[in-house]
Amino acid sequence: MTFLESSSLASPHLLGIENLTPSEINLLLDLSEHYVDMNRSGSKKTDLLRGRTIINVFFESSTRTRTSFELAGKRLGADVINISPEVSAVRKGETLLDTALTLNAMHADLLVVRHPESGAVQLIAEKVSCSVVNGGDGAHEHPTQALLDALAIRRRVGRLHGLIVAISGDIAHSRVARSNMLLLKTMGADVRVIAPPTLIPADIDRYGVEVFHDLAEGVRDADIVMMLRLQQERMRGSFIPSTSEYFHFFGLDRAKLANAKPDALIMHPGPMNRGVEIDSDVADDINRSLIQEQVEMGVAVRMACLDLLTRDLSNNAGDEA
Amino acid sequence: MSERTFFANARLLDPASGLDETGGLLVEGRIIAGFGAHLDTPPDDADVIDCDGFCLSPGLIDMRVHLGEPGAEHKETLTTLSQAAAKGGVTAVVGLPNTDPPVDDAAVVEFLARRGREVHGVKVFAYGAATKAMEGKRLTEVGLLKQAGALGFTDGLHAVSDAVVMRRVLAYASGFDALVLQHVEEPDLTHGTVATEGEIATRLGLPAGPAIAEAMMLERDLRLVELTGARYHATQISTGAAVSELAGAKRRGLDVSADTAPAYFALNETSLMDYRTFARLSPPLRSEDDRREVVQGLISGAIDVIASDHWGQDQETKRLPFAQAEPGAVGTETMLQLALELYHRGEIPLLDLLAKMTINPANLLGLELGTLAVGRSADITVFDLDRPCRIDADNLASKSKNTPFDGRPVQGMVMATMVDGRMIYDGRD
Repeated sequence: MTFLESSSLASPHLLGIENLTPSEINLLLDLSEHYVDMNRSGSKKTDLLRGRTIINVFFESSTRTRTSFELAGKRLGADVINISPEVSAVRKGETLLDTALTLNAMHADLLVVRHPESGAVQLIAEKVSCSVVNGGDGAHEHPTQALLDALAIRRRVGRLHGLIVAISGDIAHSRVARSNMLLLKTMGADVRVIAPPTLIPADIDRYGVEVFHDLAEGVRDADIVMMLRLQQERMRGSFIPSTSEYFHFFGLDRAKLANAKPDALIMHPGPMNRGVEIDSDVADDINRSLIQEQVEMGVAVRMACLDLLTRDLSNNAGDEA
Repeated sequence: MSERTFFANARLLDPASGLDETGGLLVEGRIIAGFGAHLDTPPDDADVIDCDGFCLSPGLIDMRVHLGEPGAEHKETLTTLSQAAAKGGVTAVVGLPNTDPPVDDAAVVEFLARRGREVHGVKVFAYGAATKAMEGKRLTEVGLLKQAGALGFTDGLHAVSDAVVMRRVLAYASGFDALVLQHVEEPDLTHGTVATEGEIATRLGLPAGPAIAEAMMLERDLRLVELTGARYHATQISTGAAVSELAGAKRRGLDVSADTAPAYFALNETSLMDYRTFARLSPPLRSEDDRREVVQGLISGAIDVIASDHWGQDQETKRLPFAQAEPGAVGTETMLQLALELYHRGEIPLLDLLAKMTINPANLLGLELGTLAVGRSADITVFDLDRPCRIDADNLASKSKNTPFDGRPVQGMVMATMVDGRMIYDGRD
């Protein structure tokens, strides 16, 4: 067996980037590369996870992430089921752990969970006996998004170390920003965050990032410009006066992008608000935009996660049967 | 001849008089009949309790608990609360008005007094709501509530945020010489938040409010106190900024006082890591700097009282994602042990520390309790100052077990608690 085939992660769950070591991140990215190649080849499907049951539990609506996990599971040969528990029932609270216990009783091998509350995925992981992947929890973490972003960058630029990555948008409410800051700093990139002060959370400099309140300044000499969506659904009250003012100072267009490196790449986790945080002209520039590639990398990264997290399981399966 | 109990070989501690000497204490019926170093032989007919050098102090007064009853008996009843308090050396508790129905009507005060007598454990007192239904709009019948026994007026966890309403509450209460207690948090700044703004809340992705919300509300209130001349008490002080405000107000001669709970001098916001909902409190846990300044406030006297803020929560309200969980922690049972940490670390002399749980709250609330005095109620706490042990959530007497201190090593243990001459807890081996 090669190194890639024999390694695994220290934790049975993937709840965040926070507890991953640089070598675990590299392992995930290297294995993802393998799945990118496989997905691009004729034989997109393996039976590695045949007989395994993966349940996607999305307490918050999602098309992109859920589809990506579903495809990842199916390409690995697993049985994949999607459930979207009634959000109103979940709001009452008790049902969250009830749902977890119900799922546990179904003997799933792995749960992918998305939840609107920070920490909810960890809470579920503490209550079930299978592996849990965090598909995004509140404003906390979205680890597979950060991994796919890193993979997209690494494949295009060849490295993460030493790159200047500017993350612009609603940092305060963004789990994508938090996971990306953690991963990129762990891998040695220089990270900047750009937003009006109302969308910058307290003490963010403790991540080791530099803060800017002007997009044109913040992207200066950047290698990567990562735009985030304004998460209006998470905001209590008004954080910005208007989307048009926001676009004026924080929307990415050709003029502001000119301050970045000439070959700087543009990323966005989607879904985009064209004309709010990004100009269509820039978003659709195939030479500069990594946005489509991010989607492609998403499936490969999630295959790598599912593969790695079910490895220990495979070894034990015989004993349990 | 009424029944007599003699506590022999006790370290008699009375913060009100500064007494700290070894001797005996005689209880006759419901009252203290005598005490002191000279009292070294028990009367022939007395039950003798050999304290073996343990501390004997006035029974502790916990001036801030959530009663549970009426309305939340699945979390705490007066019976379980009384057992928990007694185990913690507490002989009197004062309940917040946030029951269901709330204590905004004299009938509820009377109901609680009756239930307290039925439970026949620790003494149970209550505050009245400052405004009807604690909605911060209309004044309650302060005079009638006070006559019925309400010891002070507060909207519990809600700050009275409307300045006009607060001015009237203070002014009206001052006419009855009634104490007004305020949860000092500017609600517009903290609405919907569950943590203190800072690195930890940012990393956890939790909605957070700035710590200054506390000093802001306090500062405004102090201006209104100056205007109205009311007696004002700020509850659950958790920040250094508020401690400075209080110290300044006392220097200016305002009739203000304040309390804090063990959580705010014994824990900081790192307890939230891993989304531990037992550490979700209101106000939320603060930074380590604030924790230290709260300790300084206790040392300097800017903070007069230690109260537990005991609040039972069951699993249904705590085993939830952090932001959806209810705030609160049980604590009346562990208040003394955690307070003693301050003594054992050499931060506060023993008598000063005990004053914050005996004579200080008694004076604020107008209770003839909290001191060792001949002819007064025999409300007494006996504790081993040095006994090391661990706080064990499973062993708590309260109905709910939501303590953020589970597993914490502490030094000090209550050996006996007496209320009106009745032994309501006996923890001797």
